[in-house]
Amino acid sequence: MNLNEIIEHAKGKVLNPSVPTDREILGGCGADLMSDVLASVKPNAVLLTGLCNPQVIRTAQMADVSAIIFLRGKQPTPDMIEMATQEDIPLISSEKGMLDLCGKLYRAGLRSFESNMNGSHE
Amino acid sequence: MSNTLQESQGRRGRTITDQDAHDITRVEELSYDLKIADVMSREIRSLTPRQTMRDVFDLLRKNRISGAPVIENEKLIGIISQEDLMKALVASDLSSTIQKYMSTQVRTIKSYEPVVKAIEVFMRTNIGRLPVLDENEKLVGMITKGDITRGVLVAIRKDYQEEEVRRYRASHLFEDITSDRTSLIMRYLIKPGDYTNGGQASSHIKRALLRLGATPQLARQCGIAVYEAEINLIIHSTNGGVLRVQIEPHRILMQTTDDGPGIADVHQALQPGWSTASPLARSMGFGAGMGLVNIQRCVDKMELVSAAGKGTKLFMEIHLRPEEKFKDASNSNEAPGI
Repeated sequence: MNLNEIIEHAKGKVLNPSVPTDREILGGCGADLMSDVLASVKPNAVLLTGLCNPQVIRTAQMADVSAIIFLRGKQPTPDMIEMATQEDIPLISSEKGMLDLCGKLYRAGLRSFESNMNGSHE
Repeated sequence: MSNTLQESQGRRGRTITDQDAHDITRVEELSYDLKIADVMSREIRSLTPRQTMRDVFDLLRKNRISGAPVIENEKLIGIISQEDLMKALVASDLSSTIQKYMSTQVRTIKSYEPVVKAIEVFMRTNIGRLPVLDENEKLVGMITKGDITRGVLVAIRKDYQEEEVRRYRASHLFEDITSDRTSLIMRYLIKPGDYTNGGQASSHIKRALLRLGATPQLARQCGIAVYEAEINLIIHSTNGGVLRVQIEPHRILMQTTDDGPGIADVHQALQPGWSTASPLARSMGFGAGMGLVNIQRCVDKMELVSAAGKGTKLFMEIHLRPEEKFKDASNSNEAPGI
């Protein structure tokens, strides 16, 4: 799914418009615990999170996450936006909640990139 | 779905990429770094005041230029342009001398001034070309917008080639150095409780690996492992610790060392979901008890050595698959114990 399509679903605002959003997203991951993200996510995913601190950006960088959506209108600091821009990661702010947006994207055909604890993907 | 997509892209238009932003600032930088003498045309097609407007017509047409300096006794006394020529044509006055039509109020620029000076003049006025004088007021060249564009493009291409050379050098580091065992060691000091800068070391490590020619998959595995280890130092260590990465052609060794407080039950610490992280660490998104489990998944070998009241050492090792190996000069695979 193209990130621009995901942004439409999220009614999201791109916080660092200098980073191109025309990119293919292979799957999604919704998590507030960064170790869960690092444990499960595969490259080229969109990360949906309620957490908003610099470690979210670092985690995304380490795990090759392609875009981050901050839920419930959370606003990253200018430092975080700058860090994400340098790492070529679009930051998106959405008013929606976790279940709401995860459900919408799942229904629209976005695959889950969260592996189960036994390592399998559904 | 695809309709909405196209519409949304249409509305947003083409966004400026990071690379664009980088290039724009570089062009700005270049306009200060480059001197007029670097980009001007040195081939001066000049005229003398007693030549005729027909000579102007021939010179401009033959050389496809839009104006020329007028010189007398080796001194610049005026400039004659297409517009002046048009006036003469309208008046059917091509046999008159240049003196009659040239502008004598000539704006000039010095060869040692930065290119941005010329850009300022071109932007502020409708002047299309500037005669360039040296420190002795002697005419040494002409500069137009086209000369500036060309000069900047050449400089950017040079930049690009230099960057390519740097990348090439880094990715051939192990090939260029001959020894019985070559390794690159990077050390980072990690401060306790520093959540703001946490991950910076891992970020540098991942970037270094990519620069050295690691596959994205390998860089990601190492990145996740050292990041979890770095975060552990930030969360748990009393005085911080050291993150050390040793890159060899056939393997990557990663290690964290701290001097306390130590882990009472190492076996328990390795259980998924077990964590002693503080509420602050948890509020930062850590303390899921998955760190060491994650590391184990990313590396081929992991060893945790600790005891309560003592420091903790975490060893991690990744063996590179044949296609991942950094090319080295010796081609010998392992040299244990050297």
